[in-house]
Amino acid sequence: MQYTLGQTQLDSIEDVLQSDIMDLGVTCVVLIDMSGNIIAHLDTGDIQHDIYSLAALAAGNFGAVSAMAKIIGEEEFSLLFHKGTKENIHFSKVMEDFLLVTIFGKGVSLGFLRMKVAEAIGKIEKILKE
Amino acid sequence: MAFVNLKKKEIQVKIVYYGPGRGGKTTNLEYIYSRFNERIKTEMVTIKTHGDRTLFFDFLPFDIGKIKGYDVKIQLYTVPGQVKYNATRRLVLRGVDGIVFVADSMAVRKEKNILSLKNLEENLSAYKKTLKQIPLVLQYNKRDLAEQGIPLLSHDVLEGTLNQELKAASFEASALTGKNVVATMKRIIALTMSSLEKQLT
Repeated sequence: MQYTLGQTQLDSIEDVLQSDIMDLGVTCVVLIDMSGNIIAHLDTGDIQHDIYSLAALAAGNFGAVSAMAKIIGEEEFSLLFHKGTKENIHFSKVMEDFLLVTIFGKGVSLGFLRMKVAEAIGKIEKILKE
Repeated sequence: MAFVNLKKKEIQVKIVYYGPGRGGKTTNLEYIYSRFNERIKTEMVTIKTHGDRTLFFDFLPFDIGKIKGYDVKIQLYTVPGQVKYNATRRLVLRGVDGIVFVADSMAVRKEKNILSLKNLEENLSAYKKTLKQIPLVLQYNKRDLAEQGIPLLSHDVLEGTLNQELKAASFEASALTGKNVVATMKRIIALTMSSLEKQLT
């Protein structure tokens, strides 16, 4: 996998993440690649998560879950979501090589988030293909 | 392939420590973490079994400062060495920029080293890469065991069995005492950065 993203593409991706996801009231959204690199990252500014470790683990986790899916005869699992007491985390694949990770609290409904994430991914795919 | 962020002027580089089980990959990272504690602001991530063996990987991010105006973030990973964990080893290798092969110097581990190196080549081929294309450093670990009278493979034997064709840089090291651990890391970072420079220009 090899790819290059220009400044305008990165700007557009951040715009989409801001308007479609951050504005829902989520805590943090990170676009990573499957190697665990961070491509874009937005948060509310009042959290101190170690997003580099988060990205490495998210990529590993997603790879592991995909491998599990194949073992039981599924192409992939469509909903990847971990629920906590205060924060939750949602993963969604973007094309073959990227992953969108969203961290959100009680104030955001999962259903609405999934809908908005799907919309955002459509837009991001267009930008990545440019 | 490393990720270059033109907007934030940041480069993320992935270096993987590979090698047979119980060879000292995690110990390498633990030594680096303890030595550079002040510069590494985050915790080292490890996913271990109850028996303290690496189950998935260890992860240690390491900022080395600016090169040509870019903030360089080195990300050190290890793989689980045990044969049965090949699926996770392959996952960790995805997007690798540089490899340290940590060989076990103990005479009884000769075959295990050879098999692990072969396994590395097979796993790289899944990503259409070969060992010759990727910056590589060999580390002959556990040299300190000689003092306890444990039979070790000589430097020449290790070179002959593992490095004859590859002709990669190699170090005799002891991850436990820290001997040549930093030298190994510095060399792989230097090799990886110069290879990235060539790819980017």
